[in-house]
Amino acid sequence: MSARAGLRRLVVEYGQAGVTIVGLILAWEAICDWGHVPVWLLPAPSRIARETWSIRAILPVHFLATLWAVLGGFFLALATGVPLAIAVVYSPFLRRVIYPFLLMLQSVPKVAIAPLLLIWVGYGMTSNMIVAATVAFFPIVINTATGLEAVEPELLELTSSFDASKLKIFWKVRLPWSLPYLFSSLKVAITLAVIGAVVAEFIGADKGLGYLILSSSGNMKTALMFGVLALLSLLGILCFYAVVWIEKLLCPWYLSRSRAAAA
Amino acid sequence: MKVAESSIETADRGSPARDFVAVRGVCKSYMTRSGDNVVALRGVNLEIARDEFVTFVGPSGCGKSTLLKLISGHLKPSEGELHVNGRRLEKPSRDIGMVFQRPVLLPWRTVLDNILFPIEMLGWRIGDYMEEANRLIDLVGLRGFERARPDELSGGMQQRVAICRALVYDPQLLLMDEPFAALDAMTREELGMELLNIWTRRRKTVVFVTHSITEAVLLADRVVVMTPRPGQIVEEIPITLPRPRMLGMEFSDAFKDYVERIRGLIHSRPAAPAGNGRAHGGAA
Repeated sequence: MSARAGLRRLVVEYGQAGVTIVGLILAWEAICDWGHVPVWLLPAPSRIARETWSIRAILPVHFLATLWAVLGGFFLALATGVPLAIAVVYSPFLRRVIYPFLLMLQSVPKVAIAPLLLIWVGYGMTSNMIVAATVAFFPIVINTATGLEAVEPELLELTSSFDASKLKIFWKVRLPWSLPYLFSSLKVAITLAVIGAVVAEFIGADKGLGYLILSSSGNMKTALMFGVLALLSLLGILCFYAVVWIEKLLCPWYLSRSRAAAA
Repeated sequence: MKVAESSIETADRGSPARDFVAVRGVCKSYMTRSGDNVVALRGVNLEIARDEFVTFVGPSGCGKSTLLKLISGHLKPSEGELHVNGRRLEKPSRDIGMVFQRPVLLPWRTVLDNILFPIEMLGWRIGDYMEEANRLIDLVGLRGFERARPDELSGGMQQRVAICRALVYDPQLLLMDEPFAALDAMTREELGMELLNIWTRRRKTVVFVTHSITEAVLLADRVVVMTPRPGQIVEEIPITLPRPRMLGMEFSDAFKDYVERIRGLIHSRPAAPAGNGRAHGGAA
């Protein structure tokens, strides 16, 4: 493909979205300006930018605090979810015992668990991570278990003639086979981890973007709330694309197959 | 268990050649979910000689794939016994190579690594088999694609990789379950000829399941004709057409006679209404 065609595709893919967003922001600005909308109700984008910029010195601390809670929760969910999925796949007993618990955990709103965790683990980063992990954990377990069991039966028939150990079949066949399933759950899990981290910060924290939103709301600083919200969505998008990038590195075969299917 | 396996490997090659594979009085029945007993195979007796190319042909539901799975050791018979190379078959053995209807390659591995997959699973030294893998790649015309991933290959090429994978550890018995059924007609013919070419170069006992009568006759030393409900062998027909077989042979009178005879055997059976359409489709 020529550079020009590539450039054209870029313009079509991102240009349209970009123009739409810029247009919406301009319209927003115009409405606030001409309609004399009260600042506490809907601040204009220019004001949001100004007020957010004015607290730039403290923003990195809060941004990083939330980022750590998200990543910590995400990896905690990964580190517990995958082994649990393996246990469930290999042991019918564990499957019968664990699945009902998982469903129970999943059906309880995590906002309701957070105060309890605060009592158990205390106030701070650890409990924020744990809340984020409880939210992100469920799809990882379910999808990984599905992926580990999705290996083609003929392939397992083949491996059984070779007298290979279960461990070998797991490493060489089942685990790589489940990777695309794992990654599709990780993309869900990372966005859920952001929600979990913010919920935790709402309930008990002295740092983080969630805390910042809460305190701006207490002080009726609506413009600041919008600014922090924008930062939060930026954080979510960055985390999401980081997962997509790692997926591209680790399972290129899967992406090229799904691209072929889409074509 | 280990003892039984190694003795298959080391058993002398000159041992009873007539019954390299022996199926004696085998029945296979299943219990369905509703508790009905379904007989998939009844009273099957079959002997396959060393280095023979045998095809199983019949409509869907005649038990040909079940019989293949029994010979591979992946199913156990409800009655009767199976012997391979003079040994009673107890479980799947490394003496058997398998090719399925779908290639079932590992999508993250290159062609070469897919072919070497059995060696790795067997725990043998990869280096010892590199040469053989490369010879196989040349034999099936995959040279230049060793480093390609399966998703970059056509269906026919993927199936070629699957054939190499089944041959790389040099099993004596090659079991193929409708290996070309998912391919287009032209690729199918091409691969059939390639398979015969491989078979002449590295003598193997081949059991090949198909529902194409033409394919069955073109490839085989002997066609085993099966009919459904319950699955059984109705006739074994030795094919005395000259070798090497070539495309175009199917237009000869001798060939047509075989096809007519097999078609007659399959359709003369009072088939249950549900099986009728499929039987016709299979004969096409």
